[in-house]
Amino acid sequence: MISYILRRMIAAVILLLVVTAVTFAIFFLLPRLAGQTADQLAQQYIGKSPTKADIAAVKQNLGLDQPVYVQYWDFIKGIVSGATYDLGPTTAQCNAPCFGYSFKTHVEVWPQLTDRLPVTISLAVGAAVMWLVGGVTAGVISALKPRSFADRTFMGIALAGVSLPMFFTGQLALFLFTFQWPIFGRTYVPFTENPAQWANTLFPAWCSLALLYSAIYARLTRSGMLETMNEDFIRTARAKGLRERNVVAKHGLRAALTPIITVFGMDLGLLLGGAVITETVFSLHGIGEYAVQSIRDNDLPPILGVTLLAAFFVVIANFLVDLLYAAADPRVRLS
Amino acid sequence: MEGKQTIMRRSALAAIAAIGTVSLVLSGCSKADDDKDNGDGSKSAGANAATKGVVNASDAKGGTVTYEYSDVPDSFDPGNTYYAYMYNLSRLYARPLMTFKPAAGEAGNELVPDLAAAPGEPSDGGKTWTYKLREGLKYEDGTPITSKDVKYAVERSNFARDVLSLGPNYFQQFLEGGDKYKGPYKDKSEKGLASIETPDDTTIVFKLNRAFQEFDYLVATPQTAPVPKAKDTGIDYVKDVVSSGSYKFESYEEGKQVVLVRNENWDAATDPLRKQYPDKIVVKLKVNAETIDQDVQAGTAIDLGGTGVQAATQAKVVNSSELKANTDNTYGGRLVYMAINTKLAPFDKVECRKAVQYAVDKVSVQTALGGPIRGDIATTVLPPDIPGYEKTDLYATPDNKGDVAKAKEQLKACGKTSIKTNISARSDRPQEIDAATAIIDSLKKAGIDATLKQYPSGKYFTDNAGVPKFNKKENIGLHMMQWGADWPSGYGFEQQILHGDAIGESGNTNLSQLDNADVNSMLEEAIGTEDEAKRNSLYAEIDKKTMEEAALVPLSYFKVLLYRPAGFTNLVSTAAFSGQYDYLNIGTTKK
Amino acid sequence: MTELSKTGAAVGEPVKASSDAPTAFLEVRDLKVHFPTDDGLVKSVDGLSFKLEKGKTLSIVGESGSGKSVTSLAIMGLHRLGARGKNVQMSGEIWLDGKELVTADPDEVRRLRGREMAMIFQDPLSAMHPYYTIGNQIVEAYRVHHDVSKKVARKRAIEMLDRVGIPEPAKRVDGYPHEFSGGMRQRAMIAMALVNNPELLIADEPTTALDVTVQAQILDLIRDLQKEFGSAVVLITHDLGVVAEIADDVLVMYGGRCVERGPVDDIFERPQHPYTWGLLGSMPRIDRETSERLIPVKGQPPSLINVPSGCAFHPRCPYADVPKGDVTRTVRPELTQVGTGHFSACHLSPEDRTRIWTEEIAPKL
Repeated sequence: MISYILRRMIAAVILLLVVTAVTFAIFFLLPRLAGQTADQLAQQYIGKSPTKADIAAVKQNLGLDQPVYVQYWDFIKGIVSGATYDLGPTTAQCNAPCFGYSFKTHVEVWPQLTDRLPVTISLAVGAAVMWLVGGVTAGVISALKPRSFADRTFMGIALAGVSLPMFFTGQLALFLFTFQWPIFGRTYVPFTENPAQWANTLFPAWCSLALLYSAIYARLTRSGMLETMNEDFIRTARAKGLRERNVVAKHGLRAALTPIITVFGMDLGLLLGGAVITETVFSLHGIGEYAVQSIRDNDLPPILGVTLLAAFFVVIANFLVDLLYAAADPRVRLS
Repeated sequence: MEGKQTIMRRSALAAIAAIGTVSLVLSGCSKADDDKDNGDGSKSAGANAATKGVVNASDAKGGTVTYEYSDVPDSFDPGNTYYAYMYNLSRLYARPLMTFKPAAGEAGNELVPDLAAAPGEPSDGGKTWTYKLREGLKYEDGTPITSKDVKYAVERSNFARDVLSLGPNYFQQFLEGGDKYKGPYKDKSEKGLASIETPDDTTIVFKLNRAFQEFDYLVATPQTAPVPKAKDTGIDYVKDVVSSGSYKFESYEEGKQVVLVRNENWDAATDPLRKQYPDKIVVKLKVNAETIDQDVQAGTAIDLGGTGVQAATQAKVVNSSELKANTDNTYGGRLVYMAINTKLAPFDKVECRKAVQYAVDKVSVQTALGGPIRGDIATTVLPPDIPGYEKTDLYATPDNKGDVAKAKEQLKACGKTSIKTNISARSDRPQEIDAATAIIDSLKKAGIDATLKQYPSGKYFTDNAGVPKFNKKENIGLHMMQWGADWPSGYGFEQQILHGDAIGESGNTNLSQLDNADVNSMLEEAIGTEDEAKRNSLYAEIDKKTMEEAALVPLSYFKVLLYRPAGFTNLVSTAAFSGQYDYLNIGTTKK
Repeated sequence: MTELSKTGAAVGEPVKASSDAPTAFLEVRDLKVHFPTDDGLVKSVDGLSFKLEKGKTLSIVGESGSGKSVTSLAIMGLHRLGARGKNVQMSGEIWLDGKELVTADPDEVRRLRGREMAMIFQDPLSAMHPYYTIGNQIVEAYRVHHDVSKKVARKRAIEMLDRVGIPEPAKRVDGYPHEFSGGMRQRAMIAMALVNNPELLIADEPTTALDVTVQAQILDLIRDLQKEFGSAVVLITHDLGVVAEIADDVLVMYGGRCVERGPVDDIFERPQHPYTWGLLGSMPRIDRETSERLIPVKGQPPSLINVPSGCAFHPRCPYADVPKGDVTRTVRPELTQVGTGHFSACHLSPEDRTRIWTEEIAPKL
C-alpha cells in the first residue's frame, strides 16, 4: 500500500513535469515555430509605439533572449527553490513555490493562485454537493420508476441541463435571481467572514453549475441503477426478505454509485482547476477567470501556474478516486 | 483557432441577445420599478444632456461611488498606463502637471493647470518649457510634493522601459538626450536626466530636442504625477501608490477590486478642480459586461471603460424613449477608416486610390458597424471632436452610397479595368469583419475584387497589417483600421498614422505607409507653431492633403452610447476622454 | 387475469375448487405467470400444479425457458419485483403451510421470504453482493427476521458457515465473496439461505456453475441439511444426473407446462413422455462411450408467446406422426395417470409408449 502511494506520487510528479513542459512549449515554442520572434513577444509588453531599445530592455528583463530550455529550467527552478525578480529600483524575492512573476499584471503568480483558490473551491465544492445530491436522487427515482412521469420529467430536465450552455443558464440565473428579483448577493464574501452571505452570493452560480452536472449524474445514476437493480445480488437481497427500500439503498445504490465516484473525482478535480465560464459569467474572481485573463493577455507565467495547479488537482483527484474506489470495492487491489 | 474564436464570440453574442429578449419582456412588467429608479425626485435630464452640460450638478458630500469594469486595466500605476479611462480615473490619486477641464463635450478638451500653478511657459521657440508648482502640495503621508518628484515620475515612466513599459514614451522622444538616458533604476546618479531641471522645489524645466508647441498636452498625462523616489518599488509600486490627489488607496486587490478613500492630507486650497465629494470610491474589476449594464441602469455603478453599453442593452435602450432620455450618444475621438497601402501596386497610383474612395458605399458600412448610433458617416481624417476638424467631403457621392461611374472613371485614368487585391481586418471584431464585407461588395461593383483576410487583433500590428513586408508578400492593399488620439489635437491624432517617420518594420500604425513631404513638413511646422488657431488650420490642411492623396477612406466618426446612471452627481461627458464621463468629481445621492 | 381463469382448463392433476384447504405443505394449483411484452404475452408458466410434503424433494426439470425458474420465483414472490415484474399477470394458488401466497399482501410474503422459504441461486459469485463480506450478508439475512444484536447474528453466521463445512469459519466470515472458491461460495450461499431454518428451500440450479466433484459435495450437503432440518426442497435443474441423486419426485416442464411427473424411480425406469426420453438421452453417464454421450433433444425450445398448437412438443417429437390423424397438432394432451402418482401428457397410446421405450430408447441409454 505504501509502495503503491509512493509510486503514484512519483508518477504524479513526472506527469506534472510533462504538463508544464507541454504547456511551456505550447505558449512559448509554438509562436516561435509560427515565425514569431522574441522581439514580437516582447512587444506585447509595451504600449503603442515600441522602440528598439524598449524591446531589447523588455526582452532582457523577461529572459526572452535566453534559449527556451534555459527559460524552462528557470521556471522549474523557481518552483523548487524560488527566484529573484528585478522590479526596477529593487529586487523581489519570490519564495518557493515560485510560479513566476507576471510582468503584465505586476504580481507574483503564486499569491494570486492562493488568493483565488478559495473562490474556486467554494464554487466547485458547493456546486458538487448540489449536483451530487440532486443528480443522484433524480437518477435513483428515475431508475426505480422507469418511464414514469417523474422519470420523464427528470430526464427532460437533464437533457435541457446538458444541452444548454453556461452562457445561457448562467446569464438567465443571474438575470432572474440577482437583477430581477434580487434575492441573492452580488459580491463574493469569504466563508470565514460570513457563511450565510457566502452561500447566498454563490447560490445562483452553484445552481447553474449544478444543473449542468446533475444532468450528467442523473443520467449516469439512472443507467447505473437500472443495470444494478437487474443484478443477481439484488434478487438475493430480496430473497432474504429485505424491505425494498433497504434493497435499493444498501445493495443497489452502493454498487451503482461506485463507478460514479470516478467520474465525480475527475469532475471535481477539473473544476478546482477553474470553472472558466461560470466564473466569468458570475464575476467570481477564481482560478478560471485568472486563466482566461492570462490567456487573453498572452501572459505566460500565470498560464503555466494555472495549468500546473489544474493538472495537480486532476492528478490528486485521480489518486483519491483510486483510493476511494479500492475502499468501496473490495475486489480492487492496490498494487 | 481564429475561426473558432469568432464562432465562440458569435454564439456568446447570440446567448446575450437571447437574454436581451427576456429582459425586454420582463422589463415591460416592471415599469413602475424603472420609474422609481430614475428619479430621486428629479426628472431625467434628457438624451445627450451630459454632452451639453453637467447633469445632476450637486456639491453634496458622502456616500460611495462604484465603478465597474469588464476587464482589468493595464495598471493603476500612473506611470505605467496607456488607457484613456485610466488617464481619467488616476487623477483622483495622481495629479499631473496639467489636466483637462471637467466640462461637457469639446469644452472638455481645454487644458487647465493641475499640479502646476499655470500652463507651461515656453521659451527658446517652444523648445524649453517651464512649470511652477502650486504652494503647499502634500502627499497622503503629509510629506511635501516637490518638482523633483515630478522629474522622477517622468524618468521612471519613460526611461525604465524594461520595467515600466506599458505607457507611452513621448518624453523619451522629445526630451533632449532622451535616447541616451537609461532611467533611474539603472542610472543611479543623483542628477538623473539632465534635460529636466529642477532649480528649486516648485520649478521644473523641460528641455526638448525640437520645438513642441503642444507640450502642455504631454504633461497632462499621468506620467507627470509625482512619485516619491524613496517609496518607488518599480513594478510593485502599483500596490502602494502614494497619493497626491483627493483620494488614496485603502486597498488594492490585483485584478479584482480597488478601494479609494478620502486623502486627509489633500488640501482643497491647492486644488481648484477636485471637490472630494464621495467618502469612498470602489472600482470593481472583471465584472460581467451584462452585469455592468444592469447596474448602470439600476443607477448603482458607472462603467469605468466608458465604451458604451452592450448590444442587447443598446437595442433595449434605443427602442424606449423613456430609457433613451438617459443616454449620452457622443463622439469618442475616434475614426473608423480603411487605409490604402500607397506603396503597393496598383494603389501606388493616386487614381487607383481615388477609385476606391468613390466606390465605397459608406451607408452600408455604417449599417454594418451598428447604425448611426455607433457613428456618423465620415469624410475627413479628423473626427469632429478633435481641434482642426473642418467639414469637407472631397469624394462626395450621392447619399454617401458610392458612385460606381466615377470610380470606374478613376480606374480608367489609373490605366486599369479591374484590380485584384486583399483587405485585412481583425478576426475577433465582428463589426469590423462586417464592415469589410460591405466594402468588398461595393468595390466589386466598380471592378475592384478584394478578398477578406482575417488576423487576430493581438497580432494585427505586430505580425500582419503593421508589417509592410507582410502586406507586400500577401498583396494586401486595403486595411481596416480604427484610430483614437493620445491627446485631443490634430498632431496627436495625425502624427502616428500619417507621418512618414511613423512607418516601422513592424508595429506600424501608418498603415497607408504615407510618406508625403507636404504632410510631413506641415506636421513638423504645426507642432512648432505657437498660435493655436494657426496650428489648427494646419491640421485641417494636412487632413485635406491626405484626402487629396486618397491615402485612406474615412468610414465613420465613432460614437459611444453611454447609459447615464441615475443616482450619481456631476456627470459630464468629455471629449478629452473619448466621451467618457469626467471621473474627477462624480458624487452620489445615495448615502 | 379474468381471461386467464377462463382458459385455465388444461391442468395437470385434476384440481378441486380453489377454496379448498390444501392437504400438502406446499401446494401449487393451476399457477399461471404471464408477462406482457412489446412482442406479445409471454406465458412463462401456464397452468402448473403440484404438491410437496415436508422432508421431501421435488425436482423440476426442463430446458431453459421452460418456466421452471419463473415457477420458483413466483413461489418466493420475487417475480413481482424488478424491472420485469411491473405488469406481471398471475393467477392460480400457491399454498405454503396453509397460507395462500398469490393473493396475500406483498409485505406478508416478504416476511415469509428468507424465514419460511429460502432460495439458493445458480451463480453464487453474482448472487452475492461483491462489496459486503460473507459474514455481513449472512448477518443481514438473519437480522431481517430476528431482532438480535449484530454480535449474536455474527455468532450465528459463524455457526452456519461451520455447519456447511467451511473451514476456519471465524476467519472466513470476514472474507469477501471473490475471495472464496466456487464451492465454498455456494456453501456460504446455502448457509445464508438456511440461517433462519426455512421449511422450504428452493435451489435454482445450485450446482450448474460448479465442477463435477464439487457438485457432488454440494448435493450431499443439501441432502444432509434437508434431513437435519426436515425442510421441503424444490430443486430446479436441467441435469437429470442431479435429479437421480437427490429427488423424491420429478416434474418435467416444457413450454410453461408440466408434461410428466412422478416418483423419481418411475421417471427413470418407466418414463412415459418422449420429451423425458430426450432428456434421459442427453444425460451424461459414466458408463457410456464418449461417442454416444449427450444426444440432445433436437430443435429449439418453444416460443412462450406463440406456443405450438396441440402438443407443444410436437414440432420436435420424433413420434408426432405415430398417433393417427393430426391429433398431436390440434389437441393439447391432458395429464393422465400412467402409474401410481405418475402422470404424463402425451397422445401416444400406452402400448406405443411401452414399445418405443423398451425397444428404441432404453437400449441406447
